[in-house]
Amino acid sequence: MTDALADPASPALDLRDVRKGYATPQGRLEVLRGVSLTLARGESLALTGESGSGKSTLLHLAGGLDTPDGGEIRVAGQATSRLDDGGRAALRRDRVGLVFQQFNLAPSLDVAENLAFQARLSRREDPAWTAELARRLGIADLLSRWPEQLSGGQQQRVAIGRALAARPALILADEPTGALDEAAADAALALLLELTAEAGGALLMVTHSPRLAARLDRRLHLHAGGLAEPPAAEPAPGAVRS
Amino acid sequence: MTAAARLPAPAGASARATLAALPWALRVLTSHWRRRPLQLLALLAGLAAATALWSGVQALNAQARDSYARAASAFSGAQAPALVPVDGGPISQAAFAELRRAGWPVSPLVEGWITVGGERLRLMGIEPVTLPPAAGLAFAGEQALAGEAEDARAYPDFILPPGRLFLAPETLRANGWSPGDRPQTARGPLPPLAASSAPAPGLAIADIGFAQALLGMEGRISRLLLDPERAPQGAPEGWRRLAPEPRVDPGRLADSFHLNLTAFGGLSFIVGLFIVHGAVGLAVEQRRPLFRTLRACGLSARGLAAALAIELGAAALLAGLIGVALGYAVAAALLPDVAASLRGLYGARVPGALSLSPAWWAAGLGMSLAGAALAAGPALARAAAAPPLESARPEAWRAASARAARLRAAAAVATALAAAGLALFGRGLPAGFALLGAILAAAALGLPPLLGWALARAQGRARAPLLRWALADGRQQLPGLSLALTSLLLALAVNIGVGTMVDGFRLTFLGWLDDRLAAEVYVRAEPGAADRLQTWLEARPEIEAVLPEPRAETVVDGWPVELAGFADHPTWRSSWPLLSGLPDAWDRVAAGQGALISEQTARRFGLAPGDALVIGPGAPLEVAGVFADYGNARGQVRLSAGTLTARWPEAERGRFALRLPPADVAPLLADLRRAQDAGLAEAADQGEIRRLSRAVFERTFAVTAALNALTLGVAGIALLTALLTLAETRLPQVAPLWAMGVRRRRLAAIELGRILALAALTAALAVPLGVLVAWALTAVVNVEAFGWRLPLHLFPGQWARLALLAVAAAGLAAAVPLLRLARTPPARLAKVFADER
Repeated sequence: MTDALADPASPALDLRDVRKGYATPQGRLEVLRGVSLTLARGESLALTGESGSGKSTLLHLAGGLDTPDGGEIRVAGQATSRLDDGGRAALRRDRVGLVFQQFNLAPSLDVAENLAFQARLSRREDPAWTAELARRLGIADLLSRWPEQLSGGQQQRVAIGRALAARPALILADEPTGALDEAAADAALALLLELTAEAGGALLMVTHSPRLAARLDRRLHLHAGGLAEPPAAEPAPGAVRS
Repeated sequence: MTAAARLPAPAGASARATLAALPWALRVLTSHWRRRPLQLLALLAGLAAATALWSGVQALNAQARDSYARAASAFSGAQAPALVPVDGGPISQAAFAELRRAGWPVSPLVEGWITVGGERLRLMGIEPVTLPPAAGLAFAGEQALAGEAEDARAYPDFILPPGRLFLAPETLRANGWSPGDRPQTARGPLPPLAASSAPAPGLAIADIGFAQALLGMEGRISRLLLDPERAPQGAPEGWRRLAPEPRVDPGRLADSFHLNLTAFGGLSFIVGLFIVHGAVGLAVEQRRPLFRTLRACGLSARGLAAALAIELGAAALLAGLIGVALGYAVAAALLPDVAASLRGLYGARVPGALSLSPAWWAAGLGMSLAGAALAAGPALARAAAAPPLESARPEAWRAASARAARLRAAAAVATALAAAGLALFGRGLPAGFALLGAILAAAALGLPPLLGWALARAQGRARAPLLRWALADGRQQLPGLSLALTSLLLALAVNIGVGTMVDGFRLTFLGWLDDRLAAEVYVRAEPGAADRLQTWLEARPEIEAVLPEPRAETVVDGWPVELAGFADHPTWRSSWPLLSGLPDAWDRVAAGQGALISEQTARRFGLAPGDALVIGPGAPLEVAGVFADYGNARGQVRLSAGTLTARWPEAERGRFALRLPPADVAPLLADLRRAQDAGLAEAADQGEIRRLSRAVFERTFAVTAALNALTLGVAGIALLTALLTLAETRLPQVAPLWAMGVRRRRLAAIELGRILALAALTAALAVPLGVLVAWALTAVVNVEAFGWRLPLHLFPGQWARLALLAVAAAGLAAAVPLLRLARTPPARLAKVFADER
């Protein structure tokens, strides 16, 4: 099953001239100054940048968690800037999977319920796919446990499974391995890439780690409110339009 | 580590270091409250509310007890024996002079009522030279007048025009009078007013000459007081000797009333402490990482404990000050109703204005400090004593709450068993209150595990993912909400219990009053004028029956008992309700062989129909029946009028019940009040008595209702503060759901639904608990406190109203945090994820 609502011909994510700024005590701070990028289906893109460069802001705008001051954002062909709060919520539910650094599992639900939660919310639960995810993620034996009974790596694997269970068009991952040690981070990322590809989605991942970024199809560096090629020491292909 | 490093620091140096670190530690610790003002508000509100209600009730009790002590030492003129003419005729000045000449140490006294500016005052006129010391007022030259006035002219001023009218300072204050004022009456101005602690509140004392003029009793005397030290035994020919009225301490009679007030104050105090416990518990949880950092930076456990104690002490002092001020306001607002209840029920005069000692203020602050230490001390002590490397993570909620739930459930069962034991075997008022406490404690302990079980069951049946999450999340929130829900449960149950008792009482009392007041008019003669009044009444053709109701008072085992005589007449046989009795009870009483006793008397002395009643002179009487006598703090024995006057010759014979057509009541009363020679002291139709009786009880229950409402209000605050403090931790819980596509409005609706469901569940549990409380109140506490039992009536409409009120209050309490959640800007929700790094 793939994202039935999405236009299969359109890219998973399309940002055009997106701007975002915040009021600060020192005056207005322009975080994104006309950012454009396209992420095709099945593609993975790593976004790097210094702290405060606007990586998370860009991720939140892409996922409809926040609204841009200008420009246009399309997720699987759907323009998010024209959606109201409810529309953006529906978009996230049906087309976006989110993976956070701190996993954000519901502590009141067991692993099985956490895993299937978003798929059930969007009424797109596929028990066979969920079971496959659990097996591939190595959490099939942990389904009846509670989140606080899992290690950090296990929790992050549940979070990855939750994001993929509804086969969304776009997976947005914000430092998904930031709380894990190197080995666990490598394993988690491998699973994230592999399963995102199998689910037919695209992955946009924010990371500080050049090592992890290098494992994705493309890399972009956010600096001074715009996207650029990553620094020379980090060779990676990338398509930049801004 | 070297041996030197292991050596402990010198004690003095350690103490100095702790002291030096304190200001810094305090500044760091209190920064928490600056960032979370709502939590601070919850802590202060809880302590202030607890202190306010407790202090308010204590202020009412202190004021009343002070009045009782004053009343006991105040002059009422009733403590000396008196002479009245055998024929009941009026007493003239000449008769007084004649008796004095014959060597009888008598002193004239007039008494009656005057109305000044709408206020009725009891006026007593005395003759200071002859007044016997036994009257309770050593007047001439001693402490009462001269000692207070410290004025050599006090005595001449009292007897020479324009005279002096002595009033209690409270009476002056209550009427807005100042010493020297001369308020007007229908018969001219009063003598200049003077403050004195000698008269009881509501009583005015003047020289007999001025009093006679003010009462319209020129040349007449109400009774002649006898000096028992100097008077011979018996009475002169043509006179009857009246024994002094038995002295009963109103404070003793009203003890149970005050106990009820104290119980309410105590309950509110406990509910307030729940709030404090919740607020401090949350603050400890949230500051665990801070505690760890402080310890890691070198603050000793003792230093941390001291800093936390100082912080809590300061909060308790501030809240205590607010609470005591609020308590004063509560007491001042309730005092008029309390005073009216005490006057109506026990005849105790309590002034309508508060005057409180510094000790009361200090006690209020002490309670606030003690309450804070009790509610928050253990949590703070545990936090301070924790090793520095203890995980800063809050304890896993599931393990902690499961363990706590098991413990609480076990404690609830044990307390419920204790309650059952008290219900079966407990005796006395303390056992009654212990039973109430055990019922409420068992419910308080049992509620969280019960709610957890209900939510788990519901979660098991739910299919929709959001509903399942909402129920599971509700279970997770229970530890934070359970204290607030428990206080809501207790407040609701007490409201239902007390409401059921009050409404049940009203229902029972009104029917009972209608039966009791079967005669159309009740009259009372002036002292000594019984025969004159009876003759006057019997001459009236419209009166179908003049039923004598002689009265006497006695004290049995220190308890005052009224002896009420009545004529054998169908009026009483047909309408006087008996709770139990012998088949021929009325015939036995009419024949002088038996007596009817009130329920209070029966319970106090363990008497039942058929038992022998040993009271007064003569052979024992048989208990022929037991009647309900709601609200009477004294015992009552009813026997035939003939038996009463034969056994107690000094009985007051001037009371009569009159049967006549209702249409003739008003003209008769008008004629009676106009007739100067009838010897009437008081007359009231049954409607008036009924109105008065109802008014007394309405005011009594107005106090209860006000305390009830305040307790419910405190529970509302508990719920509001719990929800507000929980709301601060909710954002990280709901933000992931929002990120997964659940709208903010829907999340707010889910949160609201959960709170409403928990409140509704709590209210539903409060109904049976409230009925149990009502049973304990009516069948145990009321019987032990007042000596009578009420039938238990149920009022489902009242329960439904209260349950709706509770759900609405919960909705209102949830509204603020939920509106905030529904309006949280997406950027703030998104920031939750950004803040994680």
